[in-house]
Amino acid sequence: MELAVFALFALLALASALVVVTHRNPVYSTMSLVITLVSLAVLFVLLGAPFIAALQVLIYTGAILVLFLFVIMLLNIGREETGPSSKLSKVPALAAALIFGGMVALFSWRAFRDDALAPLTEEFVSLKALAGALFDRYLLVFELVGLLLLVAVIAATVLARRPRPGEMEPLEPRPEGEAGNAPHRETAP
Amino acid sequence: MTVPVSWYLLLAAALFAIGAAGALTRRNGITIFLSIELMLNSANLTLVAYSRLLEQHTGQLVVFFVLAVAAAEAAVGLALFIAVYRHRRTIDLNRINLLRW
Amino acid sequence: MGYALGITAAEFAVMLGLLMGLIAPVMVWVERRMCAMIQDRPGPNRLGPFGLFQPLADVFKFFFKEDLTPAAVDRPLYLIAPALALLPALTTFVVIPFGPPLEVAGREVDFTVAGTEAGVLLFLALASLGVYSLVVAGYASNNKFSLLGGIRASAQMISYELALTLTVLAALLPVGSFNLQEIVAWQREHVWMAAPQALGFLVFLVAAFAETNRLPFDLPEAESELVAGFHTEYSAFRFASFFTAEYVNMATLSALGVTLYFGGWSIPFVDPPETWWLAALYGVVGLFSKVALFLFLFVWVRWSFPRFRYDQLMRLGWKVLLPLALVNVIGVAAATLAGWL
Repeated sequence: MELAVFALFALLALASALVVVTHRNPVYSTMSLVITLVSLAVLFVLLGAPFIAALQVLIYTGAILVLFLFVIMLLNIGREETGPSSKLSKVPALAAALIFGGMVALFSWRAFRDDALAPLTEEFVSLKALAGALFDRYLLVFELVGLLLLVAVIAATVLARRPRPGEMEPLEPRPEGEAGNAPHRETAP
Repeated sequence: MTVPVSWYLLLAAALFAIGAAGALTRRNGITIFLSIELMLNSANLTLVAYSRLLEQHTGQLVVFFVLAVAAAEAAVGLALFIAVYRHRRTIDLNRINLLRW
Repeated sequence: MGYALGITAAEFAVMLGLLMGLIAPVMVWVERRMCAMIQDRPGPNRLGPFGLFQPLADVFKFFFKEDLTPAAVDRPLYLIAPALALLPALTTFVVIPFGPPLEVAGREVDFTVAGTEAGVLLFLALASLGVYSLVVAGYASNNKFSLLGGIRASAQMISYELALTLTVLAALLPVGSFNLQEIVAWQREHVWMAAPQALGFLVFLVAAFAETNRLPFDLPEAESELVAGFHTEYSAFRFASFFTAEYVNMATLSALGVTLYFGGWSIPFVDPPETWWLAALYGVVGLFSKVALFLFLFVWVRWSFPRFRYDQLMRLGWKVLLPLALVNVIGVAAATLAGWL
């Protein structure tokens, strides 16, 4: 039973990960990443971490990927064009990724091939144990992460706001001359 | 039959390889960013698997913090994309190359 | 293990049946009659007594209408968006308890379809997936108005999710558990949570209106502004999916509000009976009567208030509701520490 659930969601995660990486339309890539993340959340539940699974769906798919979709639509990012020189330059990259992934897989297999997992206890899965560890040993990290999120909010607000007059000048005349040299006007969504 | 933990680790390695291949190969900035998120999630899976193996909660808590850091990084990264797009009108990383050799 | 799965499957089937078969058609009728009453006109009264068969006629219409797919839409995304709307709507209800925990034939029966320890967190996670159908529908329709509707909808929903999550957190603090059954037990023992947390309940109510895209926050589907917003290009059965999902979302958020703030399935001063089917009946009646009051409020507000402009909406979400929700959390945390709650 557990094997069936694992097999189904692991294959789903792999398939949608491949779609994320290969599809030309970024909206489809984002939706495939949603499927990958939800499959991973199911695997987290299998591994005895239901709260992390719920948090993953809530934060990652429910907020971060929505932000991705929002930016894709705001900037109207279209399909990717393939240039003439792109095919050959991909081979070293793919080779590097495969070699690294293969090494990790080999080491993991060698190290843990025969290890049997102790059965999940009520106590391990419980919220009390998780929260106890979080607010006891890792309280400082928790507070620092809060500070980090504050810094991120401020940075994102400053970076993405409309430039004040005189704040951002174009670097040089646009090489393509597609929209003339007028400063780009943003209309509010 | 319980699933052995090495299978989870293999899946995580495979996802990481896919994400790395995507991040190194694509030209669209958003897709590269998505591949990086995929790599982060494969690390999350590894951490939860180890947490289960060692019967400790540390792995799960690190995932909690990784989620928060990923959220912060996504927010700032996308804000950067918006700022760059305003300036250069493209997200194609082959064309945003002023700092290249 | 088989028994538990069977019981869960039966409960899920009952829940689905109630939601799709009872709440959606009844809401269609209630909405149109109440709207008519508020606007001082009769409303549908041709089909059956008091127009009670109107929803039936609507369902027939939706089944038999011509199924158009515009030529220039992004096909896979266009086709998947209505299903994507129904999926979170129908699954978020699984954590709401509709009866007291009992022992039936030696087994523990918890009248919740999926009563896990992470109850409310699971609810919030599934509800946050509801944004995707709006965004995908807006994008796939290949149409300025739908895209604008979709973008506005996504921004609105994630903004108000913050205030909603914070008020839900505050409602959990005195209980100390995410499990909704335990929250109901706490409220039966002490007091309905709406009494000590009135501010939290108000913020929850406003955020619930915004989350379900109901007036006064329905700019994403603004009927007089964006044609029909993100579901402009959808007709017949797909449109029916969208507004069924909207009604089910309303019912689910109302059920969460009732469970968190008004005692859930319990009826005050009346103890639940012992036999399992009587207890189930008690729970369902208790829960759905309160949910019905909430839904009545939803419909009433819709036909009484003008619509918020988009920037007013965002300002309300970030500059008013979020600080109020934070104040609420801090107040409740202090009260819980001091032992008052």
